[in-house]
Order: sequence, then C-alpha cells, then structure tokens
Amino acid sequence: MKTKYISNAKLATICLLSVVYCLKSSAQAPDVPAPAPAQQGKIYLTHATLHVGDGKVLQDATIGFENGKITMLESSPSFKTDETMGKVIDCTGKQIYPGVIATNTIVGLTEIEAVRATNDMNEVGLYNPNARAIISYNTDSRVTPTLRSNGILYAQVTPQGWYIAGTSAVVQLDAWNWEDAAVKSEDGIAMNWPSMFKIKGWWAEPQGYELNKDYDKQVTELKDYFKDAKSYYEAGKHDKVNLRFEAMNGLFSKTKNLYVNVNYVKEILNVIAFAEELGVNLVLVGGKDSYRVADVLAQKKIPVILSKCHDLPDYDDDDIQQPYKTPGILQRAGVLYCISIGAFWQERNLMFEAGTAAAYGLTKEEALEAITINPAKILKVDDRIGTLEKGKDASLIISAGDVLDMKTSKIEYAFIGGRQVDLNNKQKALNEKFSKKYGVN
Amino acid sequence: MSSMYRSIALFTLLALQRVLFAQPETTFHRNGPDDYREGVHAFTHATIFKDYKTKIEDATLLIRDGKVVEVRANVAVPKGAIVHDMKGKFIYPSFIDIYATYGLPDAKPAPRGDGPQMESNVKGAYGWNQAIHSDYSAIKNFTADDKKAEELRKLGFGAVLVHMKDGIARGTGAVVTLGNDKENNLVVKAEASANYSFSKGTSHQDYPESLMGAIALLRQTYYDAQWYKNTKDKKEFNLSMQAWLDNQSLPQIFDANGDWQNILRADKVGDEFGVQYIIKGNGTEYQRIEEVKNTKAKLITTLNFPKAYDVEDPYKALWVSLEEMKNWELAPTNPAALAKAGIDFALTPSDLEKKDEFLPNLRKAVKYGLDSATALKALTFNPATFLNVFDKTGSLEAGKLANFFITSKTLFDDKCEINENWIQGKRYEVKAFEPKDIRGEYALALSNNLSYKLKVAGDVSGPKANLVISDSAKPEVKIVFKENDISLSFNPEKKKEQNKILLTGIIDYAQKSWQGKGQLATGEWISWTATQTKGPDADTSKPAKKDTLDLTKLSKVVYPFISYGNEELPKAENVLFKNGTVWTNESEGNLANTDVIIRNGKIASLGKGLACAECKVVDATNKFVTSGIIDEHSHIAISNGVNEGAESSSAEVRIGDVISSEDINIYRQLSGGVTASQLLHGSANAIGGQSGLVKLRWGYAPEKMKIEGADGFIKFALGENVKQSNWGDRSVVRYPQTRMGVEQTYYNYFTKAKEYEKAMGKTKEAAPRRDLELDALVEIMNKKRFITCHSYVQSEINMLMHVADTFGFKVNTFTHILEGYKVADKMKAHGCYASTFADWWAYKYEVIDAIPYNAAILTKVGVTTAVNSDDAEMARRLNQEAAKSIKYGGLSEIEAWKLCTLNPAKMLHLDSHMGSIKAGKDADIVVWSDNPLSIYARVEKTFIDGIPFYDVDRDAQKREEIRKERARLVQKMLDDKKGGAPTQDPTPKGNMEIKCGDEG
Repeated sequence: MKTKYISNAKLATICLLSVVYCLKSSAQAPDVPAPAPAQQGKIYLTHATLHVGDGKVLQDATIGFENGKITMLESSPSFKTDETMGKVIDCTGKQIYPGVIATNTIVGLTEIEAVRATNDMNEVGLYNPNARAIISYNTDSRVTPTLRSNGILYAQVTPQGWYIAGTSAVVQLDAWNWEDAAVKSEDGIAMNWPSMFKIKGWWAEPQGYELNKDYDKQVTELKDYFKDAKSYYEAGKHDKVNLRFEAMNGLFSKTKNLYVNVNYVKEILNVIAFAEELGVNLVLVGGKDSYRVADVLAQKKIPVILSKCHDLPDYDDDDIQQPYKTPGILQRAGVLYCISIGAFWQERNLMFEAGTAAAYGLTKEEALEAITINPAKILKVDDRIGTLEKGKDASLIISAGDVLDMKTSKIEYAFIGGRQVDLNNKQKALNEKFSKKYGVN
Repeated sequence: MSSMYRSIALFTLLALQRVLFAQPETTFHRNGPDDYREGVHAFTHATIFKDYKTKIEDATLLIRDGKVVEVRANVAVPKGAIVHDMKGKFIYPSFIDIYATYGLPDAKPAPRGDGPQMESNVKGAYGWNQAIHSDYSAIKNFTADDKKAEELRKLGFGAVLVHMKDGIARGTGAVVTLGNDKENNLVVKAEASANYSFSKGTSHQDYPESLMGAIALLRQTYYDAQWYKNTKDKKEFNLSMQAWLDNQSLPQIFDANGDWQNILRADKVGDEFGVQYIIKGNGTEYQRIEEVKNTKAKLITTLNFPKAYDVEDPYKALWVSLEEMKNWELAPTNPAALAKAGIDFALTPSDLEKKDEFLPNLRKAVKYGLDSATALKALTFNPATFLNVFDKTGSLEAGKLANFFITSKTLFDDKCEINENWIQGKRYEVKAFEPKDIRGEYALALSNNLSYKLKVAGDVSGPKANLVISDSAKPEVKIVFKENDISLSFNPEKKKEQNKILLTGIIDYAQKSWQGKGQLATGEWISWTATQTKGPDADTSKPAKKDTLDLTKLSKVVYPFISYGNEELPKAENVLFKNGTVWTNESEGNLANTDVIIRNGKIASLGKGLACAECKVVDATNKFVTSGIIDEHSHIAISNGVNEGAESSSAEVRIGDVISSEDINIYRQLSGGVTASQLLHGSANAIGGQSGLVKLRWGYAPEKMKIEGADGFIKFALGENVKQSNWGDRSVVRYPQTRMGVEQTYYNYFTKAKEYEKAMGKTKEAAPRRDLELDALVEIMNKKRFITCHSYVQSEINMLMHVADTFGFKVNTFTHILEGYKVADKMKAHGCYASTFADWWAYKYEVIDAIPYNAAILTKVGVTTAVNSDDAEMARRLNQEAAKSIKYGGLSEIEAWKLCTLNPAKMLHLDSHMGSIKAGKDADIVVWSDNPLSIYARVEKTFIDGIPFYDVDRDAQKREEIRKERARLVQKMLDDKKGGAPTQDPTPKGNMEIKCGDEG
C-alpha cells in the first residue's frame, strides 16, 4: 500500500514522528501500543472496494473523513486528489469495511481465564444490575490489541454471572482509560435466564444432563425481583435508595435493553413472555434455538445476539451444520440479529464466524452486516457506527482481501473516529523477535 | 441323665430315624421331637414342561423329599402320596436368575478421607486396589430373606446366583434356592461363579477413574496373579491375589454394564488371558449382533425394555434422540436377535425397576420374535449349564431339586397366572387356583315364599350375578364365595331403598345347589336354597384380538445406532473424479482440470482426460479434490473418559480399548473433510495413555475403525494440567506439583523402565513382574512407541527433549506446542514434529505467550508442523485453522494445506499411505466446493479407502429420513401412552464435549 504524504510540513512532521515512534515501539515490543491521537486534517482513502455495511458495495470508491466523521464517500474512479486535501491513502485492490463490533464479550474483563485474579466479570450474588462492566474494563488488556489488529474496533463488554450479571458497556478498543473508551458507559442490563437443565459430573468428565427441578421457582423469583424493581421505578422518589433498582430504572423507561442469555427454545419462549409482562426491551443473547422460533422473533421484533456459528448442534438428530445455518434462517425471517462469540481472545475470529454463515446461507454483505450495522442497531449506536455513511464516525478497517475469509483477511489500517489505530500487538512483536532470531520471514 | 445314658439315647434315636425315615443327616441339634416329613406329592394330569423343549401332556410329576422322582405320563401314584389334580394346569421347571444380589448386604465402602486417595483404604493383607474384591465370598455373606425371595418366587424363580455387584473383581457368587429355610438347606452351589465388571463401585480410590483405566487394571491384575502364582520366593502375601487365583476355575461372569461395545471390550480382555467370560449385556446387543456373536461368549441379557418417552411437548421431545426412540421400539427384539444369531444366553430380571414387569416383558420378547422354547431355555437350561448346576436344577428330571411352578395357562399367554411355585418340594402359593365354576342359572327360593331367577355369569374367578325379574328389571346380586362358603346380597325392588336381602350359606358342588340362612331388611331370619337349572352359557366372547405386530415395520437397525447411521455399511467404490482442481501435496503441486481415479480403496491414477469404464463419475469441474484431513489431536469417539489421571503415569491405559463407533462427531467431522484422527488420552498427567489411531469409518465397529498396522503412540503432558495448577486447592497431593517435579517424574519412570527391561532379559525365575506401564516406556525407549506431548512453555519443551536424549529416543511430536516458536531451532535439531493450535491463547497462564504465527515460524525453521483441533467442533474446520497460517505468517497455500493433511500424516507415521494424492495411497479423498483453505469451502464428498462416508446430498436426504422416522416413533409413543403404557420423561441433552487443551 502506498501512502502519499502531502507537502503540509506540519502534518508531515507528525507522520514522520509517528513512523519513528512506531519503529521504535516495535523494537521494544510494547504489550499494548499507545492509543492513537485525534485525527489531524482530512484523510482520504481512494480506489477501494468499499463495503458500506448496508448491503451496498462501491467499486473503486473513495471515502473521506475529517474530525473523526465521514465527510464523503463515492464511487468515482475519476476522483482526483490534490496536495491540499490532507492525507491520501491509495487503497487500490483493498477492501474497506466498517469497524467490526463484538457483542456480549468479556474482553477487558478478564486477561487469563484460569487465573482468578484476572477475572472481573462475575460479581457475587444473584442480582447485580448496578455492577458496571465499564468499571472493570481494562483498556490496557493485552488481549484488546489482538482484536484490533483483526478489525474488531468496538465491543459490548458484558458481565456474566447469575441471574442479573450487571450493566454492559459499549466501548471503542483504542483508549487510555475507561472514560476514554466509553461509547455508551451504561448500555443495558445483562441477565442469564435460569436453565431448565444442568450438567452432571464435573468439567473434565461430564456425565450427561439432568432436569433443573427448581426452574419454575427460579423464574418466579426472577419475576418477583423485576416486579419489585418496576414498582420502585414507578414510585419515583424514595427515602431509601436501592442501588440495584436504580440501575434497573432504564429498563422500564426503555432507555436500556435487557440482554438475556438464553438458548433452549422453551426458555426463549418463557423469556419473551417475561419481557412482555414486564414491558422491557428484550434482546436475546445466545439464542441457539432462535431459528426454531424465527417467525415469532420477527413478528415481535425481538433482536438476537447470536452466539456462535462455530458450534456443534445440541442434538444428535439436528442438522449437523445447524449453527452455521442459523444466521441465514434469521436473516430470511426478517429478525434483527448479530453474530457474536461470547468470549474474549476468541473475538478476533468474529469475522470468520460471519464468513462461515456466508458459506451456509447468508450473502457476504449480509454476513458483514451481522457484525457491523446489526450489532450497532441492537446496541442503539447505529447513529454513530456500523455503516460507512456521511456524518457517522470514521471507524473503518482496510483489509488486503475479503475480511470474512482468513485466507485473505489482513487488516492493514484501522481508524476509530478518524484516529489511525496502531495495529501492533505483543504477538506480532514476538513473531518479529523470533523470526529475526531464526532469520526467517 | 448321665452322659452314658444320654449317648445311648441319642444313638438309638438317630438309628431309628435312619431306618424309619431315611432322613438326611444333619449336624444340627434339635429341640423337641423331630418333625420330618417326607413330602411325597403327585401332580397329575398336568401339561408338564420337563425341560425347556420337552412338553408332556396329561403327565404326572412325582416328588419326594424335595426332589423330583419321576415325570411322565401314566405314572403309578404311590400309596400315601398327596395327589394334586392338575388338569388344565401347566408345570414348568422353576427359573434361575443368574444375576441376583438376593440375600446379600449392601456393599459397604471403605472409609473415605479428604482429598485424593492414591492408595486403598481397606485394612488387612489385601491387594493394592480397592476395586478388586476377588476375596469376597457371596456364600459367606448370604442370609435368606423371605420377603425378597417372595418377589422372585412370584415370577417363577426357584434359584438364583447371588453375588455382590460392587467393584471390578467381585469375588465369588453362590447358587441358592429361594426357599424359606435355614441357609444351610438352600445352597445349591457355594462357589458357582467369579464375577467382574468395569465399574469400581464403592471404591473411593482414585485409580481407575476411566473405563480404559478399569480395563488396564484388569489386565495388570491378570499379570500380577500369574507372577504371584509363579514366584516362590516373594515378600508379599496377598489375600486378593490368592482369591483371584482360586476363583479362576469357576465360570467367569463379566458385567459389561454399558452398551454392546463393552461386551466386545470385556471379551477382548478375556481373550488375552485365555478366559472366556459369560458376559452380561444391557439389551443393546441387537444393535451389533454380528460382532457380539463373534465374541463366542455366552451372554446374560436383560428384559428391562425402555419405557416410551412422554413426547406430548414437541420441544421437550427434542431431548429424546432418534437413537433412544429406536431403542425403545427395538429393545424387545433383542432376545429374538440373540436367538436368531445362535447365541446362548440367559435372561435376568435383575435390571427391572419393577419386578412384576418380568413376565409381561418376557411375553413381549416372544411377541417380538423369540421362540418360547428359547425363552424357557434362557431361564432354565442356560443359566443352569452356565453355572454348572444343571445336575441339580434347570429341568424336572429324577434326582433334581423339586423346583417347579404351576400355571393356569401356558406361560406365554397374556392371561397366564402363576399359582404356585414349589421350591425344594415346598409349596409357595403365588395366586390361588381358579375356583370351581359356579356360573349358570339358579332357582333361588326363600322360605318366605319369595323366589327368583338368579343368573351367574362373567369370569369364573370373579363372577357377576343378577336376578332376572323381567326384561328390564335385573337387579344386581353381590356374590362372594370361597371353597364351600358363599354369601349373596341384593335388593329385589329398585324403588325401595334399604330393602336388602342378605344370604349366607354353603355350596354343594356335587348337587350344584346352595343353601343356607338369611336375613331380610326387617331383621327377620329366613332359609333359602338355590338350585342350578342351567349350566353356564357357552363362552361367546370373541377370542382376544390377534396381535397385529408386524416385525418388518419396526425401525431398522442402523450402523452406528444413532442419527445419520446407515442400514448397510457403505462399501468401497471405484470412482473417477473428473476435471477438478487437484491439490496433490506432492511435487506436482496443485493441478487444474485434472482427473483422479480411485479403485479398490486406493488411488489408482491422476492425470488429464482419464477414462475408467467401471468407475462412478464425479464431475469435479470448478471443485477441488484433496486428500483427507488428518487430526493429530482428537478426543472424539471415546467411551467413558479420556483421562486416567489418578496417578502421574498411566502409560498402561489404552484409548484403543475404548474407541466408540457410536459418536455423532465422527459423522460431523466427515462433513469437514476429516478422514483420520489420533484419539488421544487427556493431559491430566505427565505420562498419559496410549493413543488410538483411527479412520473415521462411520458405522464400522470400533476395531474396524483402527488404522491397520499403525505405529503405537502415547500421550505425554507438561505444565499446568500435569501439576494440577487449575484443579482447585484440594489437588495438592499428587506428585508433581512443579515443573521441577515433572522432569523428575520422567527421569524416575524411564530409569525404572530401563532397570525393568534389563531384569526382563534375565531367566524366567528371576524375571520381574510383568508391568504394563513399564512395558510402554520400554517401547518408547526402543522406538516402538512414540510420544505426542501436550506442551506449552519452552522451558519444559526443552526439558523433555533432554530427557529423551538421555534415554536415547526422540520425542515424536509436541502437540499444542504454543511456545514452540521459541525453541523451533532446538526442536528441529532434536528432529521432532509440532502440532499446534492455530491461534488459541489466554485461557491459562502458560499460554500467555502463545502466538498465531507459531505454525508459520516452525514451518519456516523446518519443523514439520500440523494444526490440531482438540475440539470436536473445530476439528471439522481444520482447513480454516490451516488457512490462518496464511494470514499469520504468510505461508503459501501449499504449505498451509499440508498443515492439516500431509504433515499430520508424517507425524503419525502414516504418510507412506496417507496424506497426499498419489497413486497407490489410500483413497481418502475429499471433494470441496471451493478452495479448501477458503472459509466459503464446503465439503461435498468424503471417501475413506474408497468408501463414500459423507455426501452432501445424501446428508440432506438423511435429515428428511430422520424427521420422518422421529415423527413415526413420536406418534407410536403417543399411542402407547394413550393405551395406558407407563412413560418416562425425556431427559435434557445438549452438547457435551471433552477437550484437553484448556482443561483435562
């Protein structure tokens, strides 16, 4: 890729400095590169294949942005750049996409799964609506740079744990601190629906499943809790503040979504009834069986954060490729859904989950939407991100080839709100370090 | 009385008894006068089944003193015999349950401590493993229990083999009768069997914790026993060993408590030591009858047929698999299938939750094709001969125990009732005989001048009666009778309340008349008579509806017996793949517009414009043809545990013992182009178990999945799993707990193995005990077995290579090897292979430096590298995992593709016949819709040895067949439920899988 620097001395200096910095930093291999500074001047990416994120693909197109916002985009092979325009990157042969959004993730809430001290996603107790993911969110996570360098620029960071896990946050993945990272610091309430069955045995040797005999009781308890919360909300002022209920007010004022992790079809139907009774905006998370009730979800306009395509079917008798096909079924039924993984380091493969769905029923552009505009709509941040449209944040990725296919997916540039993100990470540094040692490349 | 007088008196008494009654001698002293009864009974005019195949009509059974004297037609009944007229009755030899626990106390576990239990907690001079109860003696623990005995007597059983169902070796069983007597008089054979199983039962000792561990323990115990027997000068006295040896001469009974695969596994262990077990199955033998037959084992099987599932809720019905539904329909055919295959088997009621299901289920088995003689044989002759007690019981022949039962109809008639079960000549009533027939019309006359017409009809044993006053007035008469006693009550006038007439009297059967006294509603006493005027009506009830069961309409047995199985095992085809892009993995590279011919399971040729007259043609235009994917690290298709992690070495356990053909993941992975896998032990310990190398021959029995002639491999593991870092705070006992200790574990074991090998070379007398664990390590040192080592951190990778160097072998493969890139040069120098995750990291501390460039660096340095799955889901996308090395590290497509095909073939020593498309190699071929390294590539066909195991179109058809077959069985189960049959609730299911990369 050719980068054309214009003759603006000041900008050139900045660029030069940043190049020097980059070289130096890669030699020192910082685990977490410094967040990029704010966009300076205008930036144009020219001659690219531009995937808008709404199904449209512009060939030989140019996108321009200023002050972090997209100012122009057009398919115009004749688009001419001149020296006054700012930075121009010739993207001939490259693919440009909106930045990918990972939903229902614990990135930044954990570093190493098996090391308890690094785990910050499970608060003690059954009802923790007031536990805020944004507070745990670690901008200096060693995991985040490995996501960014694959094109994941945003994440819905979501607490885990029974039943009400906490309040999720939407963050951008190149930040100095959590305030800086927050796109939406209090996004919605994350909840785990009780399961009708549980695994017997232990992790290394599971011994089958058994019915959860307490299921009905647990659902009732949960419902009672929500009724209390709603009554608290409706009463307005209180002499005694209940912090937990305060955090749930947004559910009843419908400014917050209720994200409910649920997979088995009967449970899904129970959750829908639950949400309707309480009058909250429901988003299904997990939704493994969602395809069985796709028509219901479409008709009731219930979105799904689907996790995940690279999965096995639940039952021996199922279509062996069912998880690959589920996004296609939801798409055809008209359900608003996005594809997620529900993990942390694994999120760097999110595009490939969508890619597999594209091999089994989605078009490639639909698959792209399932990890860009669809999650943006579900998280209600589509006014700012999710597609490449004038006025939206200049959050985009430039790939050498099809981003959904690991064979070609290679992120060369990424911008978050116009800021050019450093795509280095410790893994790249280790690669360089040892390739150099062996004299291989 | 002086002692002299007493002696004389006793002598006289005994002498008298012997002369007068020929009473058997007994050591027991008596209190009071003797009450010996000779018990001479003649059962006349019966239909007698002398044995399972000999039926004698109008015959007499004569018994005396608890034994059969004679059975035949026209027996002269001796004087004084008690005669039982059995006209219309049937007599069968009482059944024998070969699998009972009757009369034994529950197994009591030895006390359990906190944390891991490495050694036996049993005190005394017993063996090392708490699951070996070879010293247990059922006869020494047996106490008669009449209540429990009665449960079995009611079903027709007269004798049982009692044994303790606890542990892997269960000691000896005894045959006892179900009589109510002093135990001394009930024993048919005190030491009748030695019993075994795969289940450690109440033992809390950690080892074994898996099925393969149980098998290894059995195997080692046989060797230990040989050593114990043959070694004169030994320090150790061992009651368990002594008993094990003593028990060998008895019939050896093995409870293969699992599906039919366990029967094959048990038989295989027996074969290794010249033991032919009698094997107990769980009723799924019909699912693989040929293989079961080939064991040549006598079987014990169950009549515990699954209940229908309650499938009213179609969402809950999702929890019921087609396999379960089919098994529900087909389980009753199991005994018939065994009979048809010519397998000798015994039937046991022992698994029945409700024992009264026994006879209905036996009849069901007969309805489902079992002939009644074989059914009887399975409950009499077979168990008796299996246990070497046919000289005492199992048929009604002179001198055998008088164990028989009397029925109202033939046993296989649904309405048959067992009336009496005689055990050792003693009568046990089960259900009273049908009373005499009192049905008919009577003239009922009361002494107050009232008279009525009384009609008695209905069943003989429970007749209904009414007065016939007019066509419309037929008031009911309540009638109760037993023997000669009878009572009637009725209200002749409907309108009047409280006008009941109550009669009581006696029956004179000869005169067919009744008479007695009664009381009117007024309290006035009267006399009455009833005289039969007409006999009972001819039985006009229609014969019971003929059972319309059409056995050909039942579900078909498929291989494997789960969804997507095939009715016929697919066979090798000769195929011409026309005009595809062929990725050869050979020096020719990737060839466009090329044909491949496979013939007789091998790749015959490749080239352009090939012709093959006898071949099926697959148009591969715009498609890609490759050799199959090989997964170096898989844990699918394994029964009951991938880890035997109780101790730091489990080199003696073998995945090959526990390969399961019944895993849907085999089929799922075929759809991802996988044709062969190394099935690995888990990573719970430094020295794991031996691998099983298989081809994914869907539907073929486990032994037929194994790759013929493959080298032996073994799993090793390093790091956090081995030192139990993430097992919780209790797991701090097992050595090692540090990487230092891991190294010393290896040095210790290999040092011991070296000494062992040396000692084994000595003369037979001086040779040490055969130790299967050390055998495996000796094989490694002699380059006869090869290590695949779970590994992450460079320091210990380095360490293991040093250990190998010290003992003169090479580490074959480092698997996972996430820090391999840090020591790639050392690995190359050592000459080992690398099999890595493409991009896993951050799941535990030791993978913090894992990088997705690992495969590329290793490849570039010259280490032959593979990507592995360790994950049933990812295994079917190994092409994608290989493609990541293009993204991370820039490998070429050709290099990347080898990561999941040729390179794993090399590290598994299979590349001489697998891993590439080359004439002469195995026809393990995959046809792809797109570039196989692309995420958009879908597998269209997968062949193994030329056999088509996966086809995308056939897959779609199968889905349709599954839907239809499920729907049919759901309807049938709903009918069953509606018909009042008991049902069971569906049990929830979902995906469960085991992997070792992050955990085990």
